[in-house]
Amino acid sequence: MPESLVTIAYIAAGLLFIFSLGGLSAQESARRGNLFGIIGMLTAVVVTMLGPRVTSYGLMTAMLAVGGGIGAVLASRVEMTAMPQLVAILHSFVGAAAVLVGFASAFAPPSGLTGAEARIHEVEIFIGVFVGAVTFTGSLIAFGKLQGLIRSKPLLLPGRHALNLGLIVACLYLGTQFVGVEGSNGHAPILPLVFCTLLACLAGIHLVMAIGGADMPVVVSMLNSYSGWAASAAGFMLANDLLIITGALVGSSGAILSYIMCKAMNRSFLSVILGGFGADEGAAPAAGAGQPAGEVKSVTAAETAEMLLDAKKVIIVPGYGMAVAQAQYPLYEITKLLRERGTDVKFAIHPVAGRLPGHMNVLLAEAKVPYDIVLEMEEINHDFPSTDVVIIIGANDIVNPGALDDPSSPIYGMPVLEVWKAKVSVVLKRGMASGYAGVENPLFYLDNTRMLFGDAKKTVDALLTELRPEGIAKSA
Amino acid sequence: MKLAIPRESRAGERRVAATPENVARLVKLGFEVLVETQAGALASFGDEDYTAAGARVVADTRSLYQEADIVLKVQPPDHHPVLGVHEADLLREGTTFISFLWPGKNQALIERLAARKVTALAMDQVPRISRAQKMDALSSMANIAGYRAVIEAASFYGRFFTGQMTAAGRVPAAKVLVIGAGVAGLAAIGAARGLGAIVRAFDTRPTVKEQVKSMGAEFIELNVQEDGEGSGGYAKEMSPAFIAAEMAMFAAQAKEVDIIITTALIPNRPAPILITEDMVKAMKKGSVIVDLAAENGGNCALTEPGTVVQRHGVHILGYMDLPSRLAPTASFLYGNNLGHLLADMGGGAHFHVDLADEVVRGAIVLLKGEVMWPPPKREPPPMPPAPAARPSAVTAPKAHEKAAPSSGVGTAVAMGIAALAFIGLGLVAPPSFLAHLTVFALACIVGWQVVWNVTPALHTPLMSVTNAISGIIVIGGLLQVSGPLTDPAVIFGGAAILLATINIAGGFLVTQRMLKMFSRR
Repeated sequence: MPESLVTIAYIAAGLLFIFSLGGLSAQESARRGNLFGIIGMLTAVVVTMLGPRVTSYGLMTAMLAVGGGIGAVLASRVEMTAMPQLVAILHSFVGAAAVLVGFASAFAPPSGLTGAEARIHEVEIFIGVFVGAVTFTGSLIAFGKLQGLIRSKPLLLPGRHALNLGLIVACLYLGTQFVGVEGSNGHAPILPLVFCTLLACLAGIHLVMAIGGADMPVVVSMLNSYSGWAASAAGFMLANDLLIITGALVGSSGAILSYIMCKAMNRSFLSVILGGFGADEGAAPAAGAGQPAGEVKSVTAAETAEMLLDAKKVIIVPGYGMAVAQAQYPLYEITKLLRERGTDVKFAIHPVAGRLPGHMNVLLAEAKVPYDIVLEMEEINHDFPSTDVVIIIGANDIVNPGALDDPSSPIYGMPVLEVWKAKVSVVLKRGMASGYAGVENPLFYLDNTRMLFGDAKKTVDALLTELRPEGIAKSA
Repeated sequence: MKLAIPRESRAGERRVAATPENVARLVKLGFEVLVETQAGALASFGDEDYTAAGARVVADTRSLYQEADIVLKVQPPDHHPVLGVHEADLLREGTTFISFLWPGKNQALIERLAARKVTALAMDQVPRISRAQKMDALSSMANIAGYRAVIEAASFYGRFFTGQMTAAGRVPAAKVLVIGAGVAGLAAIGAARGLGAIVRAFDTRPTVKEQVKSMGAEFIELNVQEDGEGSGGYAKEMSPAFIAAEMAMFAAQAKEVDIIITTALIPNRPAPILITEDMVKAMKKGSVIVDLAAENGGNCALTEPGTVVQRHGVHILGYMDLPSRLAPTASFLYGNNLGHLLADMGGGAHFHVDLADEVVRGAIVLLKGEVMWPPPKREPPPMPPAPAARPSAVTAPKAHEKAAPSSGVGTAVAMGIAALAFIGLGLVAPPSFLAHLTVFALACIVGWQVVWNVTPALHTPLMSVTNAISGIIVIGGLLQVSGPLTDPAVIFGGAAILLATINIAGGFLVTQRMLKMFSRR
């Protein structure tokens, strides 16, 4: 296949990728978008294999088959609640692949590069390997934290900022030893690159270890972004526009998601990356402010069911606790029962609910909740005053009124779901513990808040039993 | 712990201190419950209902009192008409007695109880703090009284409450004025609105305006500015200028409205006269006044406590037993209040009188015969610290303003650095690199635009699909595996292909799986 045909095919693949992301602007077109992505990828892989620079197929085919098989198994087995972990581990693969491509490129540089071109090529390799390595280990740690293999509490080493800075400076120094220096075998020396990879791996580990569980959505989207930039860097070293385009798309996507998440938590990107939230800052104000005044009023599942039966308009606010307890299925059964009775039921999703952007939407979709009753924060916040009952399940910080009216609160300024404006809000919760941010929630002490204590799944099941037609007949 | 529920002895009292439902809860709290026979008869609860709930029905009143550790009643102890003795004298020494007691005006009774060396708690003295809301029997009863006041008014009022347009002609809606928007007033507003009347309400405390509006009534405001907020949820007495304006408004309203429900009370004082005889005269014939303050003398000059009178063509209801007229519900809520108090005091197993408990300290009148009332004065409940928070809230945006110019400088610096970097690149970089850079920059912009359009609901599929397409790095591997298998470049390339393919297959398939789930109903 001639080189120009390959180039055209790459352009087509790049366009298909753009359409693929464009398709995600609405649920109706999303599946077509994914199909575009698959076609684009097939096109790119097939034309590369048929292109002039590929001559041997044995190893390639084996690797493609094995990798494809593993990927398919992973994708079909994964629980929807475990999506954050899957996404994190996939990021690490991209990071690792970028490192490997960088090394391969360092061992076998494209011939005919001299002077500035050769220097730039070396810089590209260096950057690609650095970003790839950070992505690789950072994602592994994120995976470990999400999977519960590593404590999700931030690990705060003394002088961690200095440590980060030191790692970067050391890598810069190694860069000067790599770029423009003749190695023993005629091209750039491998050793500085190896050391740089190790240091970058350390940096990735340290970076994510210092970030708490509540900030995981930001971290995962940040790593998403890094994996894109790593791919882009690989594109530069291989002079391949398709890799550059795709990397840039992915990089922007991750950057935007990080930005949205940060905005939703009223945090600057830098403060999230520097880590430590929910450990040092969180504790002091909570202790200083003391317990909010008022009394916690608990209710039983039966009383909650009665409230739901009397309500005309109900909003359900799910959080990560719902995902952990797998309570979305009985929750939808409840929704169905209420909707059959003519009750208006909606779901309210905060941008940082869950451990991944849009995680709640996927979980609710999995439980067959129609997506047109699942609304975003901006769409639904003005509906709370006209709502009779709000059910909050496994969420805490995203419904904290202190974020709006208590300047001493560590999460002051974060946009939250204004559930307290409804007539009654019922909080399903295991106990009185504070949320991930370690902030006391005054909502629990408000006059129109009721606490329904217990394991989320069991409580929702109990609610469902109360609400079932036979249950209603019994209580009537 | 034996808990006794005697039959109420006062004539006309239909309530009982615990319904069978309450009894079941008390039994759960660990109490052994004794109920006098026929105790719930007037509230429609039979002895067999109590037995079914786990109580023992006792026929003899004297032995009931003798056996009990705790006695729960609605009304204060009084002369027992059948036995011919005072109920206080039936109590065994050391018994705990709980009921409405009104220690402020029942000095003689308190002394009588003290002589019996009993511990007495007055449900009317439970402090009105938020923690004690569930034990606040006054609120429970006031709520019922407010509702019942409307029902009583409706039965004396000869017209519809709700306006109707019938084939035979139009019937106007009744106009109801509620004076005092406390618990009873708000309940009255709710009930009158529920029947379809046009409701107006007045209260000296402007803070209740929102509550009045939320119940669907119009809030009448005076031109005189004065806040009538007193302590403990009651109003305080107002200035003469305010009262004059208020009376003028009532006089004007009296000509217009059909029903007036008054609920104005000031603690430890006779109820203020708000509706004078002239105002009653000005009302339309057939109108109704329900005076919920009758027990304290009444808000209407013509009220006769305890009965109904017709003056100048207006029915004036001075009932003092409105909660008792809704006996089953009143008994149930009162019983719940008692149950919450007993649970607070440790339940059946750990029942004790804890004077450190603010609620118990407020309600206790006698401790083993020793007079404990009135409790030491406490600070009135602090107002919400909203005003204090405000100044700091105002300073926040200011800090923002300050930050803005410096970030402007920052932007300029960043742009300068970027410009220098571009110039530097332009000087050294070969054209082939610049071509790639062009593609990169444009792709970033396209990505930025496209991704902002992605609906937030699909952010997780977005992440997985970008995962899949970032597997495009597979091309990097594909281009490098054509050499001999011993070449490190080939080994690295092969590994890269493996990892990237996992990404591609995994990412696309899981995205497909997720997107299949999203469905409209």
